[in-house]
Amino acid sequence: MGRIKEPAVEPDLSFANKIEKIAGETLNLCFQCGRCTSICPSGKITAIRTRKTVRRAQLGLRDVLNSDEIWLCTTCYTCVEKCPRGVEIVDIIMSLRNLAVLEGKISEQHKKVLMQILNTGHMIPFGEGDKQKRERLSLQGVPPTVLSDEKSLNDVKLLLRLVGADKLFGGK
Amino acid sequence: MRYALFLGCIAPLRYPGIESATRLVFSKLGVELIDIKGASCCPAPGVTRSFTQSAWLTLGARNLCLAQNLGLDILTICNGCFGSLFEISHILNNDEKKRNEVNENLSNIGMRYDGKVKVRHFAEVLYNLGKERIEKCMVNRIEKRAGVHYGCHFLKPSKVKKLDNPEKPKMLDELVSWLGVSSIEYKDKMACCGAGGGVRARTPEVALKMAKTKLDNLRNANAEIIVDVCPFCHLHYDQTEKTLGYNIPVVHLTQLYGYAFGFEPKILGFELQAVPIKF
Repeated sequence: MGRIKEPAVEPDLSFANKIEKIAGETLNLCFQCGRCTSICPSGKITAIRTRKTVRRAQLGLRDVLNSDEIWLCTTCYTCVEKCPRGVEIVDIIMSLRNLAVLEGKISEQHKKVLMQILNTGHMIPFGEGDKQKRERLSLQGVPPTVLSDEKSLNDVKLLLRLVGADKLFGGK
Repeated sequence: MRYALFLGCIAPLRYPGIESATRLVFSKLGVELIDIKGASCCPAPGVTRSFTQSAWLTLGARNLCLAQNLGLDILTICNGCFGSLFEISHILNNDEKKRNEVNENLSNIGMRYDGKVKVRHFAEVLYNLGKERIEKCMVNRIEKRAGVHYGCHFLKPSKVKKLDNPEKPKMLDELVSWLGVSSIEYKDKMACCGAGGGVRARTPEVALKMAKTKLDNLRNANAEIIVDVCPFCHLHYDQTEKTLGYNIPVVHLTQLYGYAFGFEPKILGFELQAVPIKF
């Protein structure tokens, strides 16, 4: 998660095409006005500069995958709403994250969340205390989700294996 | 009127008062909610989609299939679940290639998505039932000053959601006003709580700071309660308040309706929060 020293990188159009293939062709519509950066609520307190991230994606600058910035977006869509060119900025950032994860660039905290989904079908754990809280409200102790249906859990695990989610970042 | 109730993760596992309130409120309104047995995480629009788009689409499509098998549209009680499932159904309905890929995966578990399930947000369903129908169920009028928090994935991206004006919406303000609550103006009302996109998990200090800004704005506007429509925003505000020592109870809209409809605070989970709700 620490700041990675950014080497000078050359534009790589084949890499830019790869990003475009996942993010969609609105990537090319950005004319760098910077509206997105000016209204980003995360950017007010962090280093994320949306305009710059989009530019790096357009040019295929590979170091964008090492940047902390792509992980500071809360996906609030304010930039998408305000973009005068209709650029799907959140889709672009999500694509960059997908590509970073494929290279094993993912935080320990995020690995934990993904492992939780892989193992239980939910993104957060469920314990005895949580069950008791539910019972106090006259709800079924274990919710009627994948938690109370073994076949469903097996189906979820199978699907995640099929899309290779269990192999991301060398997961087991 | 019947819907397939999609629970998600945070409501049933962390804030069961929201689930309880949902069941009680819709039942009193004569709307039948059927459980989607075996549903998983939606999966979450920020985290899962960040890791792998194909896992996000495939798991989401499985959830849509479960509702399809019930022959019902989905009712969500969380902006995240709404965001994921709505957008996944939108993608699958419009992109044949992706739909075929997803269906090929689903064929391994004997499922196929036909693209007919509509994904609804509970607040929009309540709104469409109308003031008159709501008033018939009312027992307690709630005279409070509320800061309404729309969150992000309820109305945005507005190009596909088309529910209300994303910059100056009215829906939630009206929904609380029907119960006697006055929806106050406050600075940066439409701003994000800071939790989404995997930010809370990875950089909790950033998420905390964003929530603090909102909480300060709410406090400066003398909000007595915060009304939200998303268990993740709800959790983030409730936990941030506990950490930083604020005392503006966070109330999910279903809990607010539950109280107005005369249900006991206890059964609505008012005591189970980090900052308990006191009316």
